[in-house]
Amino acid sequence: MDFAFSDEQQMLRDSTRRFIAERCGFEQRQRIRASDAGWSRDVWSQLAELGLLAIAIPEAHGGLDVGAVGTMLVANAVGEGLLLEPFWASAVLATRVLVELGDEAQRARWLPALAAGDIVAVLAHDEDGDGATATPRRTTAARSGDGWQLDGAKALVYHAPAADLLLVSANAEGATAVFVVPADATGLTLRAYRSVDDQCAADVALDGVIVPADARLAGDAAGLQRALDFALAALCAEAFGAMDRVLAATIEYSRQRVQFGQPIGRLQALQHRMTEMLMHLEQARSLSYLAATGCTDPDADARAATLSAAKALMGQSARYIGQQAVQLHGGMGMTDELAVSHWFKRLLAFELRAGTTDAHLARYRQQLRAD
Amino acid sequence: MDLNFSPQDEAFRAEVRQFLAERLPADIRARIAAGDHSQTRDDIVRWQAILHERGWAAPAWPVEFGGTGWSKTRQYIFECECALGDAPAQLAFGIKMIGPVLMRFGSAAQQQQFLPRILTGADWWCQGYSEPGAGSDLASLKMRAVRDGDHYVLDGQKVWNTLGQFADWIFCLVRTDPAAKPQKGISFILVDMRTPGIRVQPTRLLDGSHEVNEIWFDGVRVPVENLVGSENEGWTYAKYLLGHERTNIAGIGAARRELRRLKRAAAATRRDGVALLADPLFATRIAQVEIELKALEITNLRVIFAEEANHAPGPEASILKIRGTEIMQRISELQVELLGPRALAFAANDPATRTTAAYLNQRKLSIFGGSNEIQRNIIAHMMLGL
Repeated sequence: MDFAFSDEQQMLRDSTRRFIAERCGFEQRQRIRASDAGWSRDVWSQLAELGLLAIAIPEAHGGLDVGAVGTMLVANAVGEGLLLEPFWASAVLATRVLVELGDEAQRARWLPALAAGDIVAVLAHDEDGDGATATPRRTTAARSGDGWQLDGAKALVYHAPAADLLLVSANAEGATAVFVVPADATGLTLRAYRSVDDQCAADVALDGVIVPADARLAGDAAGLQRALDFALAALCAEAFGAMDRVLAATIEYSRQRVQFGQPIGRLQALQHRMTEMLMHLEQARSLSYLAATGCTDPDADARAATLSAAKALMGQSARYIGQQAVQLHGGMGMTDELAVSHWFKRLLAFELRAGTTDAHLARYRQQLRAD
Repeated sequence: MDLNFSPQDEAFRAEVRQFLAERLPADIRARIAAGDHSQTRDDIVRWQAILHERGWAAPAWPVEFGGTGWSKTRQYIFECECALGDAPAQLAFGIKMIGPVLMRFGSAAQQQQFLPRILTGADWWCQGYSEPGAGSDLASLKMRAVRDGDHYVLDGQKVWNTLGQFADWIFCLVRTDPAAKPQKGISFILVDMRTPGIRVQPTRLLDGSHEVNEIWFDGVRVPVENLVGSENEGWTYAKYLLGHERTNIAGIGAARRELRRLKRAAAATRRDGVALLADPLFATRIAQVEIELKALEITNLRVIFAEEANHAPGPEASILKIRGTEIMQRISELQVELLGPRALAFAANDPATRTTAAYLNQRKLSIFGGSNEIQRNIIAHMMLGL
């Protein structure tokens, strides 16, 4: 039993925190948000220089391979700083899909470019927008000459408008497969929009998209699930970072804000509310640790139970902490000017993404057994 | 980061399991496995003697006082395994409360007189803290102790005394200086329950049980050598007692045992032809509490890890207390809801209705040991800096 982080792991988190504070603090973030793209290529290049886009890539392919716990620590800082760049979508999820499913040639072709920040990739997997798609059905891949023809649709793909490559999951003659599709492929159309937490996203339509044979990643559904599980632990860590900061901001606000001649933090009703928030936070931290250490478990069923437990509990923590942070900030919590409303919206998005709280509770309860 | 126990600690767990399988009397195991939480003197004393024979009488005591010298991790594993193995909880008042106080603040004579008899279970200890006007605000206690030659003379009343009807000794907080500020005039004294002038009167609880008492002290003469430490310093020792030995404050083992019982009952109970463990609504509620318990287990391990790394124990123990008792109460609620209206046919002390009795009884969890509201005050002041 060891809950300590190594010096390297702590340095990784600290340097990510420092970078975000210096280069894309809240004021800069507001400007990036207002831009057409909604994210910054400059910030992206700098993340690459720091090595943060290579953390989930094996060393053999130019990566740092910091593991799930190292990824958790970077994701903590990303959530704290409300990063708008496609860190999770590209550097974690899409990267892990290529690591898990790519053959040697496919990995060698794409991973170094991802690590360098030269390209952005996203996984287009979810079909109903509920984050619960296990097996693609509406999106199909049929053989076409030497290659494949893709038809179908994907919903709510975070950072798809930023992507150079879409990794599209499809039903390929009865098997789940993932295809690498360039963003400018003929027949690929994006309906782009912003998510409630100000990240760019899109619904994706595939209409007779033709890709060559080597666009099909070698791995199967099990590999895709491993990548999704690794990324879900990272998403939980991102949410934890946001919860941690929004509670700290709330405590600080309750110390500063004077009403009835005293800081409102002296009022027991509010103290007990913040205590409840803290307990939610600490329970969330525990399951975020569990998710990070359990997301690489070779036993897929054990992994599913662990991650559903974490997502269900953390979704509820996110809702409670986010809502109460706004409440305790009073009118100021309703404004766009304070970070608190942005953490709140990031936490709302977390709650609804990658399987809702209810979906994960359902998955968890289905494996309950009397022992 | 590694959430697993070391192979050595896992081997220790196996050793504890084997010991429980071999030495826990079958009748005691059966009672607890069936959800009987009534604490009988006989069960606790028998089990303590068996633990003592094995050298495990006091998991948290240092070796020089006859304890095990175990790490906090091993103490945690031991308590979990005992609970999961349907062993009775050890009586806390001797092992976890007065024992550590005597080791730290007691005289050599007190240590020699009392500690060995706590280990063997020869002495049954109880606690004299709360009074009618001193509950959460314990420092406002009024029971007097007036020096008279070689004795203190005690007059007053203690309430919410747990299992004092079996007790040989009681440790009391008494007021020795009524003029001083509330925390300053309190002393800590040990009283033989056979002393003339002590009257123990049961306080009947909502579940019909006789678990707590009022104790009246009327001119009770206690030798001065039974004072612990210095006169008027009792509050310091009381705080030490409250802050000590909170490794198991979350009650993870007992909660896991009761959750296991709940799941077994839910698998065996059908509603409209469907086992409740497969009923979406009921199973989701079980899932919720199981997930919350899993999280608390890790939170507890984090606290133990911090303590073993020599970080001062902080208000995290209050988080463990609040969430642990909430979880235990939620499990007992679900056990009652599983029965539905059948839980209403109730007779005190009837084994058939012990689920209802346990539910009623376990409302105490969020009240005693510093109510959950007091714990929230502690967290707010210490952790939030407010």
